[in-house]
Amino acid sequence: MTPRTIIEKIWSRHRILSDGDRDLLFVDRHYVHEGSHHAFDKIAQMGRALRRPDATFGVADHYVPVHQKSPGKGANADILRMIEQLAQNASSHGFLAFGPKDKRQGIVHVTMPELGLTLPGMIVVCGDSHTATHGALGAFAFGIGASEVAHVLATQTLWQAPPAMMKLVVEGKLGRHITAKDLALHIICMIGTGGATGHTIEYAGSAISALDIEERMTLCNMTIEMGARSGIIAPDDKTLRWLEGRPYAPDRPDWDAALAGWRALASDPGAHFHREVVIDGSEVAPMVTWGTSPQDVMPVTDCVPATAEACEARAYMGLMDGQRIEGLSIDQAFIGSCTNGRLSDLAAAAAVLAGREVRVPLLISPGSQKVRAQAEETGIADILRSAGAIFADSGCSLCVGMNGDRVPSGARCASSTNRNFRGRQGPGSRTHLMSPAMVAAAAVKGVIVDVRNLDTATVEVVK
Amino acid sequence: MTPFTTVEGQAIRLIENNIDTDQLIPARFMSRPRKNGYGDLLFYDLRRDAGGTFRPDFPINQHSGKEPFLIVGENFGCGSSREAAVYVLQDAGFRAIIATSFADIFRNNALKNGLLPVELSKTDYEALCAAHDAYPERSMQIKLHEQCVTLGTDSWAFTIAETSRQMLLTGMDEISYTLTHIDKITDFEIRYGAATPWGHGSGLGASDSVG
Ligand code: SF4
Repeated sequence: MTPRTIIEKIWSRHRILSDGDRDLLFVDRHYVHEGSHHAFDKIAQMGRALRRPDATFGVADHYVPVHQKSPGKGANADILRMIEQLAQNASSHGFLAFGPKDKRQGIVHVTMPELGLTLPGMIVVCGDSHTATHGALGAFAFGIGASEVAHVLATQTLWQAPPAMMKLVVEGKLGRHITAKDLALHIICMIGTGGATGHTIEYAGSAISALDIEERMTLCNMTIEMGARSGIIAPDDKTLRWLEGRPYAPDRPDWDAALAGWRALASDPGAHFHREVVIDGSEVAPMVTWGTSPQDVMPVTDCVPATAEACEARAYMGLMDGQRIEGLSIDQAFIGSCTNGRLSDLAAAAAVLAGREVRVPLLISPGSQKVRAQAEETGIADILRSAGAIFADSGCSLCVGMNGDRVPSGARCASSTNRNFRGRQGPGSRTHLMSPAMVAAAAVKGVIVDVRNLDTATVEVVK
Repeated sequence: MTPFTTVEGQAIRLIENNIDTDQLIPARFMSRPRKNGYGDLLFYDLRRDAGGTFRPDFPINQHSGKEPFLIVGENFGCGSSREAAVYVLQDAGFRAIIATSFADIFRNNALKNGLLPVELSKTDYEALCAAHDAYPERSMQIKLHEQCVTLGTDSWAFTIAETSRQMLLTGMDEISYTLTHIDKITDFEIRYGAATPWGHGSGLGASDSVG
């Protein structure tokens, strides 16, 4: 048989029929959130029913207010209506949705994998571009628009043309304090935000095997920022250990039956990739964005580019050409999002914050209620609070500024999120993307610093 | 969906590359129902200065709502999957966007809504831009049957996947089309469900009461 990639294998297991240039694929998991209202309106207008309530799962994340001390802070009627609308759609169509008070609530790309809903070999879609995250578990996962969401609601299928495949091999060892976030930003720095357009990226190599599952999620999450719609990592023993026993993961004997299929997913030797990129993991430094696109990024030790092209982004960010990014003062900091809101991210921040105090406001929104509870149990939350950070509830919060949380115009925010687009954190906001440890270090010093120069505590996380 | 066959009119040009969906429509406006219209939200923050007045130098501010075409740079529509990025363009009166490349999800969203993404080769794109810059007022034509853009005596070809083209030409709704295959979908679901019983329905590992 011709050697096949992991995507080709998943594809052929899900192909219902072909109509020429595209195939109709069955969808295993369809995740919806408050923003899916356009699609529900669309099927309502057409008088169509939800085909598979058992394969549809909802969660409130984008609009959820996260400040428990003053619940509803920033939550206007519009925001509350968005959350209510999801609950209404869930009850009228009969699917499960996790509202703000549910223990299973969290950011869709954090909580669904945590619940064991995303499994290897599945096709997972959601009306959100960071659906690529779920590829870390060996699922073919991608974001779709509202028309496609409506299509999945009504048919549980999607028309797709096979993507071109890119193999991205990372060899070598990541250095001390170098995280999957730095690796992702390093790759974007090399290939650009359009570098993988039209491709699905399969990550491989020794540095990828060495990543734990949460780090793999960070990397797959940022794949969309390389222009690819989807990123995937073949399931290995780590994946299976991580999944076993999760609430919705199969129990024995189903588990054993599932395993056989999952182990056969890895790309065959000699499978065809349209492009191959090799990266040396040992060269990755702590990365910081300086501009208004994730590709406006550089090692923390570098200076803001003096090129004419960079002029507009520099002006928006209030930076001078050739200026060092290290030492740049910040006004506030944020740790959270589907990129870096997991327990290991909070632990990395705690390792920096232990015994220190923040100089600028640091908001921490855990990726899910479960992450929040685990941070409380392990004492991580206490470390964060003792350092003066605000340890809030779970939601997208400052990643996108839809829940009422905003970075004021002109203010500079060190952020563990994924997009530094103009105005993303609020009109006029200036975002610098970096890893959670780097954000914590910046919050402690009040300026952007190289976390490698700080002594850090050891914070144990049981994974 | 309004069918797209031949559309004629003027074009507006935006020189920037990598225009992301947060520029097309800031996230804070997306709770608005579609029926209320999205046209006024297009490039909301870029169009206005800090005080909220329209910046006269921003090309879209010279847009009368009658120009059906927008010429942009490369990697247009990158960023989030929000379909509202298509709604704003459509509701502002645009029928086609011309670029050297589009972000994947944006292209898909555009096609599903009848907004035509025209992708030209770099050389053709530059020739079109030069021709447009020379006579910005001149009307151009996009013919989907012939898959070409025409300006004066010049014409440039583009390609688009055949099924998408048929869908645009007829204005057919994709859900209805897919449901003509409902028997095959049902057969598949039965076979697939039997092979992976843990994945769906009552076979899911846990109940509603997960702690
Ligand atoms: S955390 Fe940010 S990127 Fe992730 S789903 Fe929420 S808004 Fe989107």
